[in-house]
Amino acid sequence: MAINKFLIEASHIMMFARSIGDDNPVYYDEEYKSESGCEGIIAPPTFAQSSAQFDPNYFLRPKTGGEGWFGSGKEPTGLKPSSGGSGGGGEVGASGGLHAEQHFEYHLPLKAGDVLTATTKPGNTWEKESKRAGKLKFSESVTEYRNQDGDLVITATGVGVQTERPVDS
Amino acid sequence: MLKANELKIGDTYSEVLVEDLKRTQIVQYAGASGDYNPLHTDEIFTTKIAGYPTVFAHGMLTMGMTGRMVTNYVGDGTLKKYGVRFTSQVWPGDTLTSVATVTEIREEKGENLIDLEIVTTNQDGVAVVTGTATAKIDS
Repeated sequence: MAINKFLIEASHIMMFARSIGDDNPVYYDEEYKSESGCEGIIAPPTFAQSSAQFDPNYFLRPKTGGEGWFGSGKEPTGLKPSSGGSGGGGEVGASGGLHAEQHFEYHLPLKAGDVLTATTKPGNTWEKESKRAGKLKFSESVTEYRNQDGDLVITATGVGVQTERPVDS
Repeated sequence: MLKANELKIGDTYSEVLVEDLKRTQIVQYAGASGDYNPLHTDEIFTTKIAGYPTVFAHGMLTMGMTGRMVTNYVGDGTLKKYGVRFTSQVWPGDTLTSVATVTEIREEKGENLIDLEIVTTNQDGVAVVTGTATAKIDS
């Protein structure tokens, strides 16, 4: 994944903060000065995840017109049974499969008005045996977010896990 | 901002993140984050195709709500690191409580830091997210 322009916008931050139930004024009021000295609108700690909005090929967003989307319409899924889809379930995560872990490292504050770029590289991979889901294959993906000055703002590491069979739920 | 001389290892801070999680909040998160996986918002797909009892929350929604507890404790813009493991699913109707415990108070490269251990549990006491965070503090 590479994102050329991840606009950090005040209204997007406000909507994101609402969705996680956070009414801290630092996420919507540019006049607010927080006790820790933050001025202007900043983004919540997990906001970088919404860079998906700026990824032109993000696969968990229906294409314009909805063609090929696997969610329900007339039928329970828009995909033909033979095509597999994501039946069998599990949450699709950072590198396919289930989202097992997510880590953020913050190098600079993320502020409304910033324009970021993001580049993702594969990280470590490892395997583990599990009673509930058979062999588990873990894979990391590491995304570096840089601002308009080229400075590193956030390093995000996602860990995805592929299971041999669906997890008993 | 927290102050080193007012903190000790083992201190805890906790918040109720959400009571009776609504499907609409999951829809809000899908819209804001851009993750439209139908497993989170499409009841028919999730029950009939994926075989789950109902839709469930994005792991990142729980991480986001847990992050709110962390920033309410350590202050805005002070986080250095925040990471979690998703240990169990979060369903509509769940009530989540999150606790941060101070595990270390230290100095690194001239900065005063605090390390936290984090756990978010549901109404049955099952951990849904476990993790750690590091934040800047005043001396």
